[in-house]
Amino acid sequence: MSEVLPQPQPQPPTARREALHFALRNRKLVVGTVIVAVFLVAGLAGPLLFDHGPNDYVGPPMAPPSGEFWFGTTTFGQDVFAQFVYGLRSTFLVGVLGGVLAAIVGMVVGFVAGYRGGWVDELLNMLTNIVLVLPALVVLLIINAYLGVRSIGVQALFIGLTSWPWAARAIRAQTFSLRSRDFVDLARLSGVRTPKIILREIAPNMSSYLFLTFILLFGSAILIAASLDFIGLGPTEGVSLGLMLNNAARWSALQLGLWWWFIPPGAGITAIVGALYVMNVGLDEVFNPKLREM
Amino acid sequence: MRRYFGRKLLIYGLTFFAAVTINWMIPRFMPGDPVQSMLSRANVAQPAAVEAMRAHYTAMFGFDLPLWQQYLNFWGSLLKGDLGISIWLFPTPVSDVIIRAVPYTLGLLIPSILLSWFAGNRFGAFAARRKWLDNSVLPVGYVLTATPYMWLAILLAWALGIVAGVFPVAGAYGFDLQPSLSWDFLGSLAQHWFLPFASLFLVAFGGWAIGMRNMIIYELEADYVNYLRALGAPMRLVRRYAFRNAILPQVTGLALQLGVLVAGALVTEIVFSYPGLGHLILQAIQNQDFFLLQGTFLFIVIGVLIANFVIDIAYVLVDPRTRTGMGGAA
Repeated sequence: MSEVLPQPQPQPPTARREALHFALRNRKLVVGTVIVAVFLVAGLAGPLLFDHGPNDYVGPPMAPPSGEFWFGTTTFGQDVFAQFVYGLRSTFLVGVLGGVLAAIVGMVVGFVAGYRGGWVDELLNMLTNIVLVLPALVVLLIINAYLGVRSIGVQALFIGLTSWPWAARAIRAQTFSLRSRDFVDLARLSGVRTPKIILREIAPNMSSYLFLTFILLFGSAILIAASLDFIGLGPTEGVSLGLMLNNAARWSALQLGLWWWFIPPGAGITAIVGALYVMNVGLDEVFNPKLREM
Repeated sequence: MRRYFGRKLLIYGLTFFAAVTINWMIPRFMPGDPVQSMLSRANVAQPAAVEAMRAHYTAMFGFDLPLWQQYLNFWGSLLKGDLGISIWLFPTPVSDVIIRAVPYTLGLLIPSILLSWFAGNRFGAFAARRKWLDNSVLPVGYVLTATPYMWLAILLAWALGIVAGVFPVAGAYGFDLQPSLSWDFLGSLAQHWFLPFASLFLVAFGGWAIGMRNMIIYELEADYVNYLRALGAPMRLVRRYAFRNAILPQVTGLALQLGVLVAGALVTEIVFSYPGLGHLILQAIQNQDFFLLQGTFLFIVIGVLIANFVIDIAYVLVDPRTRTGMGGAA
């Protein structure tokens, strides 16, 4: 995100301090951020606690949670907690990569369509609408089914390439309303080139909006990846929270009553995505004074 | 209005064209060799037999023709309704396999989408700006909408199906029954239908309730609301006006969410081994049945396009501005 949005004219310090003031006092934002941060730290630091891999057979099969295996073990004696923290890593990775890629594509399409207008707009709009109508997961299914070897990076790449349209649409609408403002006219009159106008004049004025868009794309990339993994089209090597659910369902964890196998991965995804959504609302309230007073 | 529908139909036509093209391109341009993976699945040792099978599969995909001809043939057989032969259920044609599964998926999707949309919107609008409800609805709604469909399905199957034993957790009707119009069968059908329906409904409900609540809060800040209140209009009336305005983006939202809802139904069916399209997709992937997978893909795309068109018509009905040619959000 940050490499696309070079820091514009620095905001007056009072405005920034005001945003910070409201950010720290916004319960939704603080709670959401803390939850995401806790899972991020668990994903980053957790795997360092283990000297075995997430898929190694280290314990007795089907052991319930205990002091030694915090989340119990699978039918094969794999440590569920180890799988969980490694899985968090892949979940964040897929979310960030997929979200960033979708945000970049969405921004490029949205800015260009909204700023240029005319036939460029018509064309990009058509493209956006087509990708928007295609059900993303089903397209991803057949792409991934034909891929022999699947990795998190490739998964994120295709998620990014299919989930940008609504972002592009929203950014286009915002750009449309900004492009006829005085300061944009001024920049245009003084001969600034189009890409620079977009980066310097238009993007900074909707930076909060762009950030919110990115958070939502991040969350939806995590959910899409989890569905793909669950169907059995996850990365061929490694673990992810979706793959854990897939394995649990495939090896009858439900029938065997191994609740510790399928509850943590789903709870992890729900907590992260839910916290992202709540963060999004909190940020919206911070940036938009109209929503603040409640 | 003719322009509005003309534009929409053009986009749907192009989308269908793009979907067919993607469907054609993927086996040909992706890394990996579908013929090879089908051969290795068949697990035949004799080299002569392998060669014969390779020739057969290559001819089935039409890989031996020039590309442009492959593309035209693909469209030709598609327009004749020929989607190939399923490998998982050899020698049933793919279109038959799919048509058998479609009623189950529609039976889950249509009620869960419509009911969650109506109930979620009503509830969200009711909760907005009512301190106590708002504070409890909001977190619950966010948790629900952030829940992966398959996880809620797994939880329900485990809690209500296996632990409590109230509902069955696999199939669309009892294994001891044959499809018929008897009460036994219909009862069993409804029992098997309930849990997948409930998990789809709950996740979608959370999303709609939150969306509506946020829309109403925006609307209650609008000038017309201030004006009405200044005139002394009762809050009930004001809320009704706000609701009518807020429902429009929710109609558009329904179109935008279709893909997600369909995806949710697919994974939910997998959890409950419900014999709809999701189950077919799982079988197709596990059996390397590419014809079935591609056929299902096209079917889902067509379904989503039709649903989009229905929503477009509904939009015209609820937004008078599109009817009088005054624009509105098209």
